[in-house]
Amino acid sequence: MLTEMPPDWRSCLARRTRRLILPALAALLCACTGGSSPSWRLTDVRGHLPDLRFHLTDGNGQAVSGETYRGRLAMLYFGYTHCPDVCPLTLSHLHLVMEKLGPLASNVRILFVSVDPARDTPAVMHEYAAAFDPRVVGLTGGESEIAAVAKRYRVAFTRGPTLAGGGYEVNHSSGIYIFDARGRARLLGTPGDSVDDIVHDLRILIAMEKDS
Amino acid sequence: MTVSRAPSLAALLVFATGGAWAGGTGALRADAAWIRVLPGDLPAAAYLTLRNAGDEEVALTGARSASYRRIMLHRSAGVGGMEGMVPVARLPVPAHGAVRLAPGGYHLMLMDAVRPIAPGRKVTLTLIFDGGREKLDVAFLARPANATGP
Repeated sequence: MLTEMPPDWRSCLARRTRRLILPALAALLCACTGGSSPSWRLTDVRGHLPDLRFHLTDGNGQAVSGETYRGRLAMLYFGYTHCPDVCPLTLSHLHLVMEKLGPLASNVRILFVSVDPARDTPAVMHEYAAAFDPRVVGLTGGESEIAAVAKRYRVAFTRGPTLAGGGYEVNHSSGIYIFDARGRARLLGTPGDSVDDIVHDLRILIAMEKDS
Repeated sequence: MTVSRAPSLAALLVFATGGAWAGGTGALRADAAWIRVLPGDLPAAAYLTLRNAGDEEVALTGARSASYRRIMLHRSAGVGGMEGMVPVARLPVPAHGAVRLAPGGYHLMLMDAVRPIAPGRKVTLTLIFDGGREKLDVAFLARPANATGP
């Protein structure tokens, strides 16, 4: 059941989630690591989600896999191009994240995976990704390939009813999955997380990569 | 901001200071009106702040435009980590109050552009209140896909 919420409910929700869940998580992490864990602002999912692995098609029609994007951090986000509000909002926030990272952004890729492969051809994905940031890679594929990567990261998506004019909407999970350069799942964000919080955590991850 | 009135016109478009396009007639005023334009023929979203200086609540019930064949009033809603959109039949603007259509919340979904809209252009939408009891022409500024505001 949907209830009325103010337009900024998402940030409220993120704040509330952080207030309730993250202190508990932080306490748990300190207990396990003796307090040496970085002070993440997003949710630490290391060891809880599988490595970056998929078989999809990029905007140039080339077959790509998770291995294609090793060597840089990857931010994985699921959506579709006919989504006029939340997907562009999230991708424009991730564009701001890249701008704020400055030269460090060369260590990061944004992988935008379509949950609407019927309409999102490689050419559509290419043009869409480029409209947000040159470091966004638009990925699509066959229905079974999309279903496989969605299942791997427990991403749900459902096609809505056909609207007047023949279009339809797709409801989808909104997590932002962050992987390190070796393809290990490290952090989970939401569209409600602030640009500064995402930048904060990416800087730490990039520094950790350089130290290792 | 100054609002000019011309008795011969149902609505008069004005330019608001601060870079935002706006329009106003009577008690209703629009500020910071912008459209996020997406590539090709993908649907776009229009945002603005509506202010009601009158003593009675009015409700936004729809919009039309010569630039888009179909426009729907929507609200993005996240439930249990799932993102989706729900249609909105009426969006009340309280008396002496304001309502904001902003990314991640209320928006006008613009479909089937008559011709491609280039960022930087102005697009006029006629906002319809209470099923046509009141109308307001508003000039929206087309912004690129990765814009975060007007």
